[in-house]
Amino acid sequence: MPEANGALLHVDGLQAWYGESHILHGVDFDVRPGEVVTLLGRNGAGKTTTLKSIMGIVGKRQGSIRFEDKETIRANSDRIAKMGIAFCPEERGIFASLDVKENLLLPPQVKSGGLSLDQIFELFPNLKERLTSQGTKLSGGEQQMLAIGRILRTGARLLLLDEPTEGLAPVIIQQIGKTIARLKDEGFTILLVEQNFRFASTVADRYYVMEHGKIIDTFANSELQANMGKLHQYLGV
Amino acid sequence: MIPLLGISTQALFGQLLLGLINGAFYALLSLGLAVIFGMLNIINFAHGALYMVGAFCAYFLLNLLGLNYWFALIISPLVVGALGMIIERTMLQRLAGLDHLYGLLLTFGLALIIQGVFQNYFGSSGLPYAIPRELAGGTNLGFMFLPNYRSWVIIFSLIVCLATWFMIEKTRLGAYLRAATENPALVRAFGINVPRMVTLTYGFGVALAALAGVLAAPINQVRPLMGADFIIVVFAVVVIGGMGSILGSIVTGFLLGLIEGLTKVFYPEASNTVVFVIMAIVLLVKPAGLFGRTA
Ligand SMILES: Nc1ncnc2c1ncn2[C@@H]1O[C@H](COP(=O)(O)OP(=O)(O)OP(=O)(O)O)[C@@H](O)[C@H]1O
Ligand SMILES: [Mg+2]
Repeated sequence: MPEANGALLHVDGLQAWYGESHILHGVDFDVRPGEVVTLLGRNGAGKTTTLKSIMGIVGKRQGSIRFEDKETIRANSDRIAKMGIAFCPEERGIFASLDVKENLLLPPQVKSGGLSLDQIFELFPNLKERLTSQGTKLSGGEQQMLAIGRILRTGARLLLLDEPTEGLAPVIIQQIGKTIARLKDEGFTILLVEQNFRFASTVADRYYVMEHGKIIDTFANSELQANMGKLHQYLGV
Repeated sequence: MIPLLGISTQALFGQLLLGLINGAFYALLSLGLAVIFGMLNIINFAHGALYMVGAFCAYFLLNLLGLNYWFALIISPLVVGALGMIIERTMLQRLAGLDHLYGLLLTFGLALIIQGVFQNYFGSSGLPYAIPRELAGGTNLGFMFLPNYRSWVIIFSLIVCLATWFMIEKTRLGAYLRAATENPALVRAFGINVPRMVTLTYGFGVALAALAGVLAAPINQVRPLMGADFIIVVFAVVVIGGMGSILGSIVTGFLLGLIEGLTKVFYPEASNTVVFVIMAIVLLVKPAGLFGRTA
């Protein structure tokens, strides 16, 4: 159930720490139902930390994170997952001691309405042929498919994807782009972290730009061209 | 009787049987240690003490409540498992993220306290625990006499070990365990209550020790220090098999029991040290252990 302002996820004044180091200094943004929102920013800006804070994996956090109108800033990550948020980490997090099928079936269903295994195999046919391989024996692209595929079963409606195209070949990036577009059609809401804004521009509705643990700019996809100059400056590319 | 290197088959098979029995205990105990180490990253020095508590539990059940061996086989692991879960919740949980050394010291201290309390009340001598009526007697195999209780211990331990292996390697619950061993934060972020799983795992690991304690009661008598002596060898078994390896602890446990038995036949002087010699060699050649994954 969206908030009064229509947001599914509402992040307000989010601060986060790793031990003593203060990483996020008041992050504010919204994600509306059905949107694909992309977080851009240089290395070390705090994008991953933002996703981890939403997921409840960062030790110390302050401020407010509201999902479907419920405050989650103090919730443990297992509770947050059960509310319907799923996370695909930057390092993919495929388990070496599990085969592909076990990796795929690992995240328990938290809500109804997730994709069936057949639907996942339709998106990623490679996985079906490798079900009995050890998870980490897959190629980088296949591991990414597995990391995305396994969170589609759970029924989570908000997906946090951390640099899903990092280090992958163009054909696979294309396949992942198609998948994200398809998921959007199915009504999933996606918060995407990307360095590659050419890729992001093919799927995103809106962008937020992060720097030094804060949001410093935001614009819609339709405004991307107009913001290209600024963006090059922000990202240093 | 076939003489072999001057040794009677009777003696040979007798020692092999004893070795196999010891191996069954090594396997059960090192299996519990492996499960605990995998999930909690703690070297559980309290394992021997809890094995002893398991045996005492059987003794109390029989002598205070009149509940026989078969009840003890179920109740004792449950009681000790619950005790373990309390220990995990109140103490071990606070060590999360600290060096191995803290867990080792804490559990070592616990072992001393538990053993000290039992010694205070029961001294150091053994209390008798009779072999259950159903398993008394034995079978004459022609070349040797096989006591029924010993066959039972070997077969039952093997079944428990294999069932545990199956549960961990082949079931969905086991997949959660393996995954949480690798990356607990991510598994928790999938919606699984990992802290509860850790508590249950510790409970399960020490329940295996208690089960071994009940099995040992009719063989070794029930003594406050029965675990203290034994656990050192079990740690050597764990090191040889590979810290945290499930299959490794089972296979190594039985194998080392057998090797120890054989040594008693052919070179009795070395029978108490052979396990440690093997440990030293394995550490030199394959430091991660025979079944350990090199990190
Ligand atoms: N576990 C950690 N402990 C301490 N500091 C950390 C930890 N993880 C990240 N940091 C620091 O926090 C800051 C933000 O890191 P974060 O991973 O959120 O950046 P990012 O925007 O995702 O960067 P990238 O594009 O490289 O993935 C960096 O300065 C990083 O060094
Ligand atoms: Mg990152």
